[in-house]
Amino acid sequence: MDPISIIEGKVSDLPRDDVDTDQIIPARFMKRVERTGFGEFLFNDAKEAPDWNVEIGNPILCSGANFGSGSSREHAPWALEDAGFRAIIATSLADIFASNCTKVGLLPIELPEDQVRKIAAAGEARIELDAQTVEIGPTHARETFSFDIAPGTKHRLLNGLDDIGLTLGDEGAITTYEEQRAASAFPGPSSLSLPPQGPDGKTIQSTPVA
Amino acid sequence: MPKTLFDKIWETHEVGDGLIYIDLHMVHEVTSPQAFEGLRLAGRPVRRPDKTLATADHNVPTDGTPVAARIKDALSRKQVETLEENCAEFGVPVFSLGSDRQGIVHVVGPEQGMTQPGMTMVCGDSHTATHGAFGSLAFGIGTSEVEHVLATQCLVQKKPKSMRINFVGDLPFGVTAKDMILGAIGQMGVDGAVGHVVEFAGPAVEQLSMEGRMTICNMTIEGGGRAGMIAPDQTTFDYVQGKPAAPTGAAWDAAVATWKELYTDEGATFDREIDVDVTALSPRVTWGTTPDMVVGVDGTVPTPESFDDPAERGQAERALEYMGLKGGERIEDISIERVFLGSCTNGRLADLQAAADVIQGRKVADGVYAMVVPGSVQVKIAAEELGLDKVFTAAGFDWRGAGCSMCLGMNPDVLSPGERCASTSNRNFQGRQGKGGRTHLVSPQMAAAAAIAGHFVDVRTFEPAGEPVAA
Ligand code: SF4
Repeated sequence: MDPISIIEGKVSDLPRDDVDTDQIIPARFMKRVERTGFGEFLFNDAKEAPDWNVEIGNPILCSGANFGSGSSREHAPWALEDAGFRAIIATSLADIFASNCTKVGLLPIELPEDQVRKIAAAGEARIELDAQTVEIGPTHARETFSFDIAPGTKHRLLNGLDDIGLTLGDEGAITTYEEQRAASAFPGPSSLSLPPQGPDGKTIQSTPVA
Repeated sequence: MPKTLFDKIWETHEVGDGLIYIDLHMVHEVTSPQAFEGLRLAGRPVRRPDKTLATADHNVPTDGTPVAARIKDALSRKQVETLEENCAEFGVPVFSLGSDRQGIVHVVGPEQGMTQPGMTMVCGDSHTATHGAFGSLAFGIGTSEVEHVLATQCLVQKKPKSMRINFVGDLPFGVTAKDMILGAIGQMGVDGAVGHVVEFAGPAVEQLSMEGRMTICNMTIEGGGRAGMIAPDQTTFDYVQGKPAAPTGAAWDAAVATWKELYTDEGATFDREIDVDVTALSPRVTWGTTPDMVVGVDGTVPTPESFDDPAERGQAERALEYMGLKGGERIEDISIERVFLGSCTNGRLADLQAAADVIQGRKVADGVYAMVVPGSVQVKIAAEELGLDKVFTAAGFDWRGAGCSMCLGMNPDVLSPGERCASTSNRNFQGRQGKGGRTHLVSPQMAAAAAIAGHFVDVRTFEPAGEPVAA
């Protein structure tokens, strides 16, 4: 993931609430085993609506409440990112979607509705992650809005860090936890203790049936 | 200090600040290939294959295709085969197409006894909240997080806020768990629980079977909630006992002793609490394109003018346009062409039994194509042992193989544009069940009655016309 510091440029606007993940990318386009190539299916069906006029190719997208609701599919942020978006500014974002965005280098920002509307109206904006600001102008009256972001997430995005590497740095703590858990009254189930199946006792044979 | 059920589970799983341990990671073919690829590129193993379980569900055809290699759609075949290869390479147990334990992840976990109280569980699927019905903390994650859990068995998580939904009163006759959760979402809106882990409580919840509790927790995400949970009790323990992965002997007794501590202490506080009066509920039917656009079957489709907020009015207009409905129409006057009985919300044995009771000896209305898709092969086998398949097929239902099927429009089971469906699934989003398809979410009983009548009917008073036919 590339580090994010400044995102600057034109703003696309999708001024409605509850833009769900099926609108962002319908399930039938999720059949790829790669992370790339989903951009062409962004808003595939939604964009056929007669009143659809969202410009694709800009770095910033504004929308309403509960953007990204529904499925956990990371294909939604992948599609947005692949289509060129770098930041989503909405009045509120669905939990899993917002978390997924931060894993793919797409900056999720929540701001009050009047501010989101101003940014959309300005048509252009500059986002500084370090300062946690969105600035509009100079074509419109210059104005700056501050947004919240969890410090850990911000640090990771600013430095383009991989979560897994960071967590594996805590390897010792994980191992200690596992040892304690294994010795506890309820260590939890094991999938390997399920009755075996298939030739190697673990998997399902998938030889074609003639 | 008094603690909530959620606090207790969270605290026992904290490995470090903002890092929680995951007891079970369920994996399926659609959201995992890129995660396994990431591991491969970084040369990392799956840390705990014994705490990981995979199944093929989203993409599989339900027409009896016996193995992955025979899936006709090339991309779907590739995804299922990739799952099998990845699981073989990384040592993860997998129930793929052809296994008698294959099925929807959220049906398979509980029926194998892998879902137990007090656990943390994740899956690359938003309906993972289903498993919270056992008093565990279970939620959906994205593919990058899937990779993270595969590699570390941990998840970076900020502790969500807590919320309690109290179902007040006893459940009236003919009203089901599905109606309870649709009622709650209708009351609080689809973003009513965003950022919160929701505990469902109240006598009506305690009286529910595990299947009913799973239906409720399953749809927590449709109210925006991160996870849904219900405190475990004797109903829970009885369900888990004897399942393949359940503890036995002394280990069982020790486990139950810890599970009995899993409840919200008297005096514990939640960030948010709401009451939902179940005595006011009738069977629910959604009329729009989000699950909170819902009314009772005895009601009418609302008019856009009835919404004060201009944004809501606009949404209602768009929803009615998409759904091909007019404000003021009686719900019972809405005719349907398709019925889908299945999904991780309502594809379990008890759901199929409830539907079979309604259709027993009746015929599907002319012009309606109705399908039953058991949530897993085990559900299918159990239903066939009870003869439910014969009840369904005699009525004219199509009896299918296990999978997600028409819940999400990713496999061959889809609606055609404009087709109207009574569906027991969980999302009525535009295009969810196929491009242009029109979805009405209902309980299994309501879907069954609609199949027989050809339009929505109040299952509480449903008496089909004509002579019953022999099953
Ligand atoms: S049945 Fe539907 S909601 Fe459940 S896991 Fe499958 S696609 Fe998701």
